[in-house]
Amino acid sequence: MSLVKKTLKELSTAFQNGEITSREITEAFIKEIEARDAELNVFVTTTFDLARESADASDSRFKNNSLLSPLDGMPVTLKDVVCTAGIRTTASSNMLKDFVPPYNATVWQKLKDAGAVLLGKVNTDEFTMGVSTETSAFGVTKNPIDPTKVSGGSSGGSAAAVAANFCAASIGTDTGGSIRQPAHFCGCTGIKVSYGRVSRWGTMPMASSLDSVGCLAKTAEDCAMMLEVIAGKDPKDSTTPEVAVPKYTESLDQPLKGLKIGIPQEYFIEGIDDEIVSVVDSTKAILENLGAKVVEVSLPHTKYGIAAYYIIAPSEISANLSRFDGIRYGSAAEGSNLEEIYTKTREQGFGDEVKRRILIGTYALSAGYYDAYYRKAQKVRTLVKQDFDNAFEEVDALLAPIFPSTAFEVGRAPDPLRDYIEDVLTIPANLAGICGVAVPVGKSKTGLPIGVQFLCEAFAEDRALNIAHQIEQSLS
Amino acid sequence: MLSQDEVRHIAKLSKINLSDSEVERLSPQLSSILDYFEVLQEVNTDGVKETSQVTGLESVTRPDVIIASDIEEALIKCTPHQVEDNSVKIPKIM
Repeated sequence: MSLVKKTLKELSTAFQNGEITSREITEAFIKEIEARDAELNVFVTTTFDLARESADASDSRFKNNSLLSPLDGMPVTLKDVVCTAGIRTTASSNMLKDFVPPYNATVWQKLKDAGAVLLGKVNTDEFTMGVSTETSAFGVTKNPIDPTKVSGGSSGGSAAAVAANFCAASIGTDTGGSIRQPAHFCGCTGIKVSYGRVSRWGTMPMASSLDSVGCLAKTAEDCAMMLEVIAGKDPKDSTTPEVAVPKYTESLDQPLKGLKIGIPQEYFIEGIDDEIVSVVDSTKAILENLGAKVVEVSLPHTKYGIAAYYIIAPSEISANLSRFDGIRYGSAAEGSNLEEIYTKTREQGFGDEVKRRILIGTYALSAGYYDAYYRKAQKVRTLVKQDFDNAFEEVDALLAPIFPSTAFEVGRAPDPLRDYIEDVLTIPANLAGICGVAVPVGKSKTGLPIGVQFLCEAFAEDRALNIAHQIEQSLS
Repeated sequence: MLSQDEVRHIAKLSKINLSDSEVERLSPQLSSILDYFEVLQEVNTDGVKETSQVTGLESVTRPDVIIASDIEEALIKCTPHQVEDNSVKIPKIM
């Protein structure tokens, strides 16, 4: 099998057994990227020279018996909202098209300290706001399975990088489905971690109470390897609680016998593709075969999640993105006074979707509207969270579809409200702060990947990965 | 329905300059999104507490230890403006 098609686990094992060098692995991925990225547009910035240097350092460590971790020498990519010292980090926005951060995000620092090799920064919707990477200032990332389709969003670059065999794993972020939806579109596995499980420090914020940093890879086992390195308390992110990081790779083989898994009835919304529903059905059959009990559950406030989210998230966005004022960093427009610099910088630097969300958030937080919108949304958020709390008293995990359709075509007619409503199946998990794994299970008649998500209570990533791994093993 | 004047007002609060054509385009889009939010009125939230965060952590502190940062100069160099005496030079405010 060609090197680049191997899983992270397989590459790591081969490297640590001395069967192959990190430099050989790295060159194989670079060759793949050079052959196909012009077509797919996955990378915003490549860092091949640095990657070769890091790979050589990993190879030296192998010779000296001083490997740092199972990720040592393994080529990865980062969504371009993860700050990398000395390497351009753009958020796929004109606002930051030339921004070079002076420090590393915690998630990259941890990977770097573990010996991972950085191949580059990959595309995202602008400031992670979108469902297709089409809001990126650098153009859409096409789906490697069918380049007439989008790779999804906002972590479309990460999902495409994994699916196109451009890297062994990629860091993404999930604020309302941005890891799970592209994983579903591109046919890879992705983990949305519990809120606070992975440090957000140095990862550009969208909505601070909802943002989570996770990863995408070929398998749940690969995600488990990554998560063991990136999870944990960070003194620089006070929302990371003191919860021990389990050995995720060691609980993957636990049998599912006796596990109770719920299917939320409200997730089979009007208009959902039959093919998506039948993949959930076939996943249910696999689970039952493995000895799990599958039952129906109800999450009655599901449909209100979208409205609550699209008030809360833009409100937080309007506050978070006020830092982009053209003064301290990023692009600046010409202006004769300070006010003009602010307003013109933000006019020219931000794209349409970012402006829409800042405007909605500003409106929702403005005097006279705060109670009707923001406060109401925060209360509905409580009800959405309670739905999950109640469900997890009955079941160990939830099985659900991720998106109402398979990957849609590049250049679909814009309709912001439709895009928001389509997030209905991923948003509730973020409002509740729970974790979930997206895992590819089936294909449409046209050959497009279809994934499902397993949602578990906060800090039960080990269980979600265990279930996903067992499903993958049954399918292989 | 958000009027174009209301959109201009929100844009002003957001410190985003919008052209007339942008205002024209955004006004119906924002209106349809705000209309959609009305669905929340169906939900009875009497006596429901607000959720502003999900970790349950409160007043997180850390040891009051000074850690030297060696990136002061690099941070200031990120500005697109002129730097003088380790300060960013901007146009007059008043």
